[in-house]
Amino acid sequence: MTDALSAARPLPAEHDRPPWYLLVAPAAVAVVMLVPLVYLVVRATEADAATLASLVLRRRNLELLGNTLLLTGGVVGATTLIALPLAWLVVRTDVPAARVVTFLGVLPLSVPGYVMAFALLSLGGNHGFLAGVFGIVVARPSGYWGALAALTLYCFPYVFLNVRAALAGMDPSLEESARSMGYGHGGVLYRVILPHLAPALFSGWLIVAIYVLGDFGAIALMRYEVFSYAIYTQYSGAFDRTYAAWLSLMLLALAMVPVLLEGRLLRSAKYARTGTGVARSLRRIRLRAWKIPALVFIALIAAGAIGLPFGMLAYWLSLRPPWGELGRVGQAFLASAGAAAPAAICTVLVAIPIAYLRVRHPSPLSRTAERLVYVGYALPPLSLALAMVFFSLRLLRPLYQSLPLLIVAYVISFLALAIGPIRSALLQAPRRLEEAARSLGLSPLPAFARTVLPLLRRGVLASVGLVFVIAMKELPIAFLLAPTGYVTLSVAVFSRTSEAMHVEAAPYAAAIVLFSSLFVGLLLRHEGKE
Amino acid sequence: MHVLEVRDMTRRFAGMTHPAVDSVSFRVEPGEIFGLLGPSGCGKTTTLRMIAGFESPDNGTVLIREREVVSLPPERRNVGFVFQDYALFPHLSVLRNVMFAMRGTPARLREKRAAELLRMVGLTRVDQRMPDELSGGQQQRVAIARALGADPQLLLMDEPFSNLDVALRDATRREVRALLKEQGLNAILVTHDQEEALSFCDRLAVMNAGKIEQVGTPEEVYHHPRTAFVAQFLGRSNLFEGEADGEIARTSMGALSIRPAAHGRVLLSLRPEHIVLTKGCGGELEGEVVAREFRGHDLTYRVRYEDRSIIAHTEYTHSFYPGQRVRLMAREPAVVLRDMNGSAALVPGEAHG
Repeated sequence: MTDALSAARPLPAEHDRPPWYLLVAPAAVAVVMLVPLVYLVVRATEADAATLASLVLRRRNLELLGNTLLLTGGVVGATTLIALPLAWLVVRTDVPAARVVTFLGVLPLSVPGYVMAFALLSLGGNHGFLAGVFGIVVARPSGYWGALAALTLYCFPYVFLNVRAALAGMDPSLEESARSMGYGHGGVLYRVILPHLAPALFSGWLIVAIYVLGDFGAIALMRYEVFSYAIYTQYSGAFDRTYAAWLSLMLLALAMVPVLLEGRLLRSAKYARTGTGVARSLRRIRLRAWKIPALVFIALIAAGAIGLPFGMLAYWLSLRPPWGELGRVGQAFLASAGAAAPAAICTVLVAIPIAYLRVRHPSPLSRTAERLVYVGYALPPLSLALAMVFFSLRLLRPLYQSLPLLIVAYVISFLALAIGPIRSALLQAPRRLEEAARSLGLSPLPAFARTVLPLLRRGVLASVGLVFVIAMKELPIAFLLAPTGYVTLSVAVFSRTSEAMHVEAAPYAAAIVLFSSLFVGLLLRHEGKE
Repeated sequence: MHVLEVRDMTRRFAGMTHPAVDSVSFRVEPGEIFGLLGPSGCGKTTTLRMIAGFESPDNGTVLIREREVVSLPPERRNVGFVFQDYALFPHLSVLRNVMFAMRGTPARLREKRAAELLRMVGLTRVDQRMPDELSGGQQQRVAIARALGADPQLLLMDEPFSNLDVALRDATRREVRALLKEQGLNAILVTHDQEEALSFCDRLAVMNAGKIEQVGTPEEVYHHPRTAFVAQFLGRSNLFEGEADGEIARTSMGALSIRPAAHGRVLLSLRPEHIVLTKGCGGELEGEVVAREFRGHDLTYRVRYEDRSIIAHTEYTHSFYPGQRVRLMAREPAVVLRDMNGSAALVPGEAHG
């Protein structure tokens, strides 16, 4: 006779307030994040009323808004058109070499948007690949279509990963019962499968939208007039800082929309399996004659998202072998790592108390702290960086263009990425372990350090790795905040490509792609564990 | 000096209409093994967690050796805790789990002492294993050894035997009890298993819906239950209403002798083993056997008597079958219960959870 009821009943949460030192990290994040943003508002509203009106009510702002929405919507749509069929093929059909196809669907993550833009730009022009190899001179891709292509080819894996996981986790009996109720393949797709995929699609779209709104490299190289491009030209050329501040605020407001929307949409959705028992595995659909078009589709995507950037890098590197440049590439690599490594460690140090607070002391306060972290992730990097610039120039001059400020901006931007793995590890370490240590005479901090922390090791390592690799290829924040003369890999690729110096940019881009492949490996490993 | 005194302890949880623990008071005397017995959700685990310091009471005091501890964090109470699922540290070996507790002991003595404790709880050759390589019974012993390593003034055990299978449970229980007695340790055991509470504890408190219904030795609470809940939670019981006049009460089962003496309307409890069945011969106080349950050492009958069902245990030598008429007779006085609300308590609170 086991007391099943009392065993299943969750123990009531400790109603004691969390110790003060747990609140230091979220408070610091709040201050560090909100003070510069407040200062951005202050900076934007400093001008006199007539100037303000002329800045805010400009017709150009509407055009920028239209272009930004058009690009975001376009990338969201295009990534879905690629990712949805690809995920379905991999999970639900007998497509050959599904594991290889999966890998191809994730690998483009190692080619950041600005490298993808670099590859696309390499194709055309008088000195481009097509002219050099085939003697055909075509115009370089640019503007809307160039930006759309570069961002889509980089971003579709985010949607692919989400949809693939949702498809794989779907209960086959849902489809079977719909079939038994008289729905054909099409009916099942629209009535059962797509509604079921909705949460995965939404969260994939959210990541893509945040990335596109915040992207700066690809759109600047393609010269497409969206908010972030306008901020960049204002900041670097025209130097109207009040207008730059306004543009940053508008972009920021736009970026908060998907964050708020997603919360709404997902709060009412319930997609858990309701039945009991073990889910049966899915029966794969046989493609038969459709196998050929499916493989052509996959080959086209692989050619665009992987063949193109890798081929272009190989082309430029073979045109001028990079041996003489290696020393400087190494320097840029060290510069990137010099910012990324401390950023990764600081991010995780801040993430642990916030995740702990959320898991062990659930309260409105800890929920707010977590939400703040996600706001930090959604903040367009250019807006964040510009706020930091204004703030440091006016109030903390020694920090302006200093490495610590760059690291702080990275922490705010990437905290959300670090919290995920740590939180799932924490959820698996029962509270009773700490209670046992407490009853054996340890005070809260040593009890945590000696019982729970060892169990978080894998989660912590995953977080450090994730943030490190992502910070390594980060462009907009590094572009605005890096100290003078501090050239990271991403800044090197961007500045050379924007001058059409593709041969010179290639070694740096190759270093980023090689290193980012590590990130893809890490992502796939982490996904496998969950 | 009491080892532990709990006074008027109350704890409410947000969103619940009744307190989870409602003005609970009891004492634990030196050398005593005390039990908190009750159905799931009765507040016994919450009571234990408040003594350990994992929860704070809204009201009331907890004194350990006459020192007020409510304001102290768990690590300063010197109280050992054995969890239902043991909560062994999964990243430490068995030996290191036990050594974890010995903060006062010099480093070189820790290993020796931990090994001694493991021998004491009957574990050999598992020192270097990891917790997940042990059986449930072994994990349970490690948990006790670990708790003892901190040299606690009081050992709290939350359903420590409930994750063991039946065959292992009895033996482990006997050994742990012998160990506690040998070491002169004070312990509080929380359990929902009445047999376990009766055989393991020197004294026990029966809890229901956040309140203590009765405190006493196992014999006292079994033979002299104070409420219908206690009478029915500890074994089975037949409840009767009656009109008492001194040591006799008139009931539907005729005149029964009762204890203690009472007057007026009373609620009475009569244990099944205190009813004697004899072959009926058409006289008074006769009922019909409706069910028979052979249990090896004895037999349980359900007898229909005047529209109600009465349970009786008899020796294996008696044998009646469904349909037979039997005469019912009490061979011990019925116990007068102190339920104020009489028959309202006839259905004990299995569902209070």
